[in-house]
Order: sequence, then structure tokens, then C-alpha cells
Amino acid sequence: MTIAFEKSAEAPSINNAGLVLGGFSIAVLLLAAVTLGAWLMGASGLLSDFQARLQPPSSSHLFGTDMLGRDMLARTIKGLALSLRIGFLAAGISVIIATGLAILAASGSRMADAAVSLVVDMTMGLPHLVLLILISFALGGGTTAVVIAVAVTHWPRLTRILRAEILQLQAAEYVTVSRNFGKSRWYIARHHFLPHLVPQMIVGFVLLFPHAILHEAGLTFLGFGIEPSKPAIGILLSESMRYLMAGKWWLGCFPGLMLLIAVLCFDFIGNGLRTLTDPRGSQQ
Amino acid sequence: MGYWKAFVIGRIARLALVLAGVAAVAFILAKFSPVDPINAYLGPDIARVGPEQRALIAEKWGLDQPLSVQFTKWLASLLSGDLGWSITYNSSVADVISERFRSSVVLMGLAWAFSGLIGFSLGIWAGAHPGSWTDRIIRLYSYVLAAAPTFWIAILLLIVFSVGLRWTPVCCAGPIGVLPEDVTALQKLHHLLLPLVTLSVLGVAQIALHTRVKMIEIMQSDFVLYAKAQGGTPLDIVLRHGVRNAALPAVTVLFASLGELFGGSILAETVFSYPGLGSATIESGIRGDVPLLLAIAILTAFFVSAGNTIADVLYHVADPRIAPERRMRGAE
Repeated sequence: MTIAFEKSAEAPSINNAGLVLGGFSIAVLLLAAVTLGAWLMGASGLLSDFQARLQPPSSSHLFGTDMLGRDMLARTIKGLALSLRIGFLAAGISVIIATGLAILAASGSRMADAAVSLVVDMTMGLPHLVLLILISFALGGGTTAVVIAVAVTHWPRLTRILRAEILQLQAAEYVTVSRNFGKSRWYIARHHFLPHLVPQMIVGFVLLFPHAILHEAGLTFLGFGIEPSKPAIGILLSESMRYLMAGKWWLGCFPGLMLLIAVLCFDFIGNGLRTLTDPRGSQQ
Repeated sequence: MGYWKAFVIGRIARLALVLAGVAAVAFILAKFSPVDPINAYLGPDIARVGPEQRALIAEKWGLDQPLSVQFTKWLASLLSGDLGWSITYNSSVADVISERFRSSVVLMGLAWAFSGLIGFSLGIWAGAHPGSWTDRIIRLYSYVLAAAPTFWIAILLLIVFSVGLRWTPVCCAGPIGVLPEDVTALQKLHHLLLPLVTLSVLGVAQIALHTRVKMIEIMQSDFVLYAKAQGGTPLDIVLRHGVRNAALPAVTVLFASLGELFGGSILAETVFSYPGLGSATIESGIRGDVPLLLAIAILTAFFVSAGNTIADVLYHVADPRIAPERRMRGAE
């Protein structure tokens, strides 16, 4: 669980635009299939069948069945769709917080800058998971609490990147001209900085997504997240813990594998987008 | 030298400020919680306690006073070394933490050292031979593992080694039914193995990726070119120029990754029921044991922030061209 979007060279460099687009479309298709599948399935896939409890993977139940005879493939897809929804919300809110604070820090007063930088240090000074547990504890758990907790813990790095970006823009000629025309700081922020930040915001959003999903799953697994009645990946895995000793390996294996694949998809899309939008990468 | 002194002192002052801020935020969050501390304390006895008695408990605990007074009192007793009483473990928070810390520090310290050593070696190897098949394997491994959920890796290891092969125990820090004092060092190591492997396997990824990038940069630098021109063998160049220059950045990343390490250990300790600080965090959160939860939050904040501060200082040692003034104004 590492955030790597400030060091562009860390991830495998995908410099070939064709490869990026190819991988991109596969990843998008896969994610669309999950969302659509969960939507089309409705509640039908989650019915219990006590005749078929704890069945190993077979052709009728690809991922096997759980202790109530529910199909694990259906539950996993449902869980992933739920994860995607939560990740979408949390990452979106995170990007909004990051943009707001970055603009405040870079075009506000020195005091505002110092305050934002202190809050960044504080948020990064606690282990992510401990902060998530504290926030979820404060809000009493549940899906909303998870969204809020994940959203308010993931913005610091993006804030730093966006702030540095704005500071570079401050020196641009059109900003100087605008300033000399007597435009206010907030006018400049809205009309000159914000449009410029959009690509960074999109890349930041896509790269925040996998971390949001992973942290949501971790928090739920530990019992601080989504209600146990919902089929979330974290719930599926924590339920599986009780049956692992009895050799029911498929309960723990497949949901996590699907989560990993979803995370890798987003990572790939994000890195591809960054390579395509990064002017330094365009000489390839 | 005066410059460095001022810089380091400034960073330490900032660390203190951050910790104070974390303490305040953690306190407010805990107060904000819908979990009622009196209910959490009473547990099943809740039905036998009337409103008058509740009021008495609230008064004894100072819960009837305003928030600012409660915070000042809490902070004062925290600074005087009194961390409070843990209802989950029915002993003082300081005792719980020091006991849990002892088992966690072995786990996290070893995982930290292994991730650093193995990750650094892999990164050097991959960066010295970019494009080779070993580089591809190392990169693929790091890339996939960096995206893997910690608790799922732990579950997989549990399925393969504890349930499938029966090589390792399923849970805890010692065999079931044996008193903690009687557990031998070998048994301890046996129970430590899987959590340790989980954390190391994941920790390696980040260090390896980071070192690899640095190493490629170094191998393209002028001084390596000159070393080659002077007839240095590849091994010589990697050891004398590569390792020396890549070491400091790797150590920096290692210090900055303490938060991830602790987060990982919470998850790994939960999967393997390892009685460390991580499982104590979960217990305190689920049972509404506020004094313990707050103490753990501040303790971990201290370690992680100290790690971040050390990383920040090392960052400047590694690259003195970055002046602190410029960096604080955002040229990162």
C-alpha cells in the first residue's frame, strides 16, 4: 500500500502511447464489466442455498460458495462494485480538498501556507490506518464514516504536488499581467490556476483511487468499516478467516485476488494517463 | 555548521508542534465519538446502574466538565507520565503499551531491516542491469506487491504455510496452553515467522522500486562514465559508486515508510492474532477503550513523525543543493 505518484519514474515507464491506450481500454472494460455485472445481477446472486454450502470452486460456482451457500463470484463482484463506488466518492472528495488547500496555501497569505503545511505534516505524521480507525471511531463506523475517513486521509501528497505546481505558475507572464491589471488573488486562482491544474487533478484522482479502495478494504476487514451485512471485499475476507483452518481456501483467495486486479487496473490507467499528460515524457 | 544546527532544531520544534496538534485532534475525535465512555466501561452491567450512579461516575471522571478543561487535564497527566487505565486489558495503559510494544518492536524492527536490506539489494541489482530479465522480474514483483492488500497477502501465506503445508503455527505468539514465560526463543521465532514474512515481502517492493530508479540515474552519471573509462569492472563500479550513492536515498525512504509499516503490522497482527501493538489498537477501537486508543495514536504519531523528520533531514544531507528555505516554500 504505497502512494507513488510524486516520483514519476518509480512505476514501470509506459512510454509507448499505443500500449498505454491498449492497457487503458482493457482496464476500463474490466471495471465497466464489474459495475455493470453487479447492477444487472441485482440481489439474485446473493440468495442463500443451504444445499450448496461451502462448495469448492466448480463450473457452476466459479469461486465456490460460502457458509450460507451464496455464490462467491457474485458476492465478489458485488463487493468490488461497492468498493468502486466508495473509492470514487472518497477519491473525489480527497481531490477537492487537496485542490482547495493547495490554492489556499499557494495564493493565500504566508500564515495560510504555514497552516496548510502543518496540517499536511500532521496528517502524514500518523499511520494512515490509525487515523482511519480514529475517524471511523469518532463517526461510529458505517459506510459514510468510511467514505469520510478515507477522503480526509488521502489528500496531503496531492496537495503538495498541486501547491508546487501553482508556485511555478505564479511566475508565469500571463499571471503577472493579470496581477498588474489589478485582478484579485482569487480571480487569478479561479481563472488561471484552476484550469491549469485539471490534468493533475484527474491523474491524482485516478491514482488516489486504488489507495482509497485498499484502505477501505483494510478498514472494513478490521471491523471499523462497512456494516457486516453488506458484501464488501473486507467483509468477505474477514468472514473467510473463520473457515480457513477447515481448508476452505477459496473463500480467502479469490476476493483478494479480484481486489488486487482492480487496484492494478487503476494503477495502470493512472500511470498511463500521467505518462500521456506529462510534457517531459512526450519526447518518446 | 550553524546553518545545519538551526535547520535541525527547527525541524525538531516542528515535530513537537505536529505532535501537539495530533494530540489535540485525536482527543477531539475521541470525544466526538458516539461510543459513550460510561457505557463502554460498564459493559453488561449497564442495566444495573441508575442515572444517579452514572452522574457520579461522570463526575468522578470529570466528564461533566467543559471540553477544554478535560483536554488540559488529560494533556497534563499525559505529560506527567500517567496514561490512564485501559478497561480492555484491565491494567494501566503504560503497562499494556510497554508489553505490547516489546512483541511488536521485534516484528516491526526485523521487517524494517529485512525490507531495507533485501529491497536495497534487489534495487541495486535491477538498476545495474536495466532491461534484463532479472530487472523485469524484480520490477513486476515490486509493482504487483506495492498494489497488494496487506491482509490478503497474510491470508494467502496462512492458507499455504499454516493450513496447507502445516509448517507454521496458525496464530498467537506462542503455542496454545503454554504460559508466556515458558515459551522458548525458537517457538517465538516460529510464531513470528509468517507476520514477519508478510511485512517484509511487502516492504521490499517500495525500497526496491525507489533504489532501482536512483541506481539507473547513477549509472548514467558522468562519474560512472569516467570510472568506466578508467577501466573499472562493472562490479567495482556498482559497489564503489552505485551502492554508496544510492544508500542514503534508500535510508531516507525507509525512514519515511514507518507509517506504512505500522499500518501493515496492524493488519498482519490481526490476521495472525499476534499480540502486539497493532491488535491492541483494534481491540481498543472496537471496545471504545479511549485512553489506550489515544495513547497508541500519540505513540505511533511520535514514531512516524520522527521518521518523517529524520527522512527530511537526510534528504538535505543527501542533496545539500536544496536549501531549507526554498524547500519550505514548496520547491519539492
